[in-house]
Amino acid sequence: MTAELTELALALGKIILLTAMLVQVPPIMIWVERRGPALMQRRRGPNRVGLFKWRLWGLLQSLADAIKLIFKEEIVPVGAHRQLFQLAPLLGVVPAFLIAAAIPFGPPLVIAGLTIPLAVVQLDVGFLYILAISSLGVYSIAIAGWAANSKYALLGSLRAAAQMLSYEIPLGLSLIPIVLIYGTFDLNEIVLAQGTLWGFCKAPVSFVIFLVCMFAETNRAPFDMAEGEAELVAGFHTEYGSTKFAAFFLAEYVAMFVLSCLAATLFFGGWQLPFISPTLLSETLGSVMATLCGVAVLLLKAAFFMWLFVWVRWTLPRFRYDRLMALGWKFLLPLALANILVTALLLTLTW
Amino acid sequence: MFFVVAGTVGLALNVLSRFVGPRRRQSATKTEAFECGVPTAVSRFGRREKVSIKYYVTALLFILFDVEAVFLFLWAKVFRSLGWFGIVEIFIFLLVLIFGYIYVLKSGALEWE
Repeated sequence: MTAELTELALALGKIILLTAMLVQVPPIMIWVERRGPALMQRRRGPNRVGLFKWRLWGLLQSLADAIKLIFKEEIVPVGAHRQLFQLAPLLGVVPAFLIAAAIPFGPPLVIAGLTIPLAVVQLDVGFLYILAISSLGVYSIAIAGWAANSKYALLGSLRAAAQMLSYEIPLGLSLIPIVLIYGTFDLNEIVLAQGTLWGFCKAPVSFVIFLVCMFAETNRAPFDMAEGEAELVAGFHTEYGSTKFAAFFLAEYVAMFVLSCLAATLFFGGWQLPFISPTLLSETLGSVMATLCGVAVLLLKAAFFMWLFVWVRWTLPRFRYDRLMALGWKFLLPLALANILVTALLLTLTW
Repeated sequence: MFFVVAGTVGLALNVLSRFVGPRRRQSATKTEAFECGVPTAVSRFGRREKVSIKYYVTALLFILFDVEAVFLFLWAKVFRSLGWFGIVEIFIFLLVLIFGYIYVLKSGALEWE
């Protein structure tokens, strides 16, 4: 009975911690997204909003924006499908949060004889779970654009939906060599297997495909036709205002963060420091410190990918839509299939 | 449980502004769909703009290829215990798949003009 209670309490604690962490991601990322290009373009970016006399480099700008959005009036456009219009942001936020549940954020924590895995759910099929849930995000966008009864929203959502579906396939196929190499769907085991050699070295082609698909799946530049400002105003969330608009941003940034974590987990050793075995680390530092260290390492790796999102956005111009579809279907899909075959052959030959 | 917490966050965002935000009079101009100030051409629900059928074809193709991907995942898991048999078998499977892919390519379903 007590064992079950502690398990329940632990699960709840992990959920609350993770939710609290994920909610922090968008404000910080929006700040980075505005200060980063400012740095590249030699301008200042938001640097005023601070607390009392400290300006904090404008770090509180996003908080101010969020508060402003909360106090805005909510409008449902005439002719919109009311229920679906309200449902769409919710459908976007929930899957984005749910994917994060399966990611191992650090080595298991050992306190008072209890071993606590640092993922909300320790799944044997964490891999499949993430792929399954992440494809649910497309519903939110499709429904949002359709329910708003606006031409811009409809076009934006159709583009986004077709794009996400198209890149879903190479994304899934690019991960198959990882399963081939490590022979497991368990993310924690995959991390442990990358102790000395990162997955990136074993499956470089997979990583490149995954990276491209990652940008396309989250509708980020250079694949952000879905919200091409110059032609579609804002795409699928044109008609949304107030906190519903914020919900779409929350979903987008959380999805970006989770995919960054996944990229770090699958291709860059996850929470492991290179060349330092986790047992050695926990023996010298103690379990708590080792866990904190692992979490910090994973977050650093994820932060690099988050920065890559911003970096690419301000470096590459937007793709044309037919080029985007051609890249997905005519290049990445055959490449991913060939990659699987070559990996399988090599693995069998070098047994 | 995590589903409930995530749902609460989403729901809170959804309804928060309804309680906190101002309620002003709604007018016809304000609630009409945004079209850069030009009067909306289609405003009644149910009457939609025509969109390209390509999107529909893309969705169909996605379903086809995603089912293959699911099969490949299972194969990848048991790949080690299958040995050479698994390799040969997946080559045949992918050969069939690639034939289908070439047909799709030739029929022009992937051309966006």
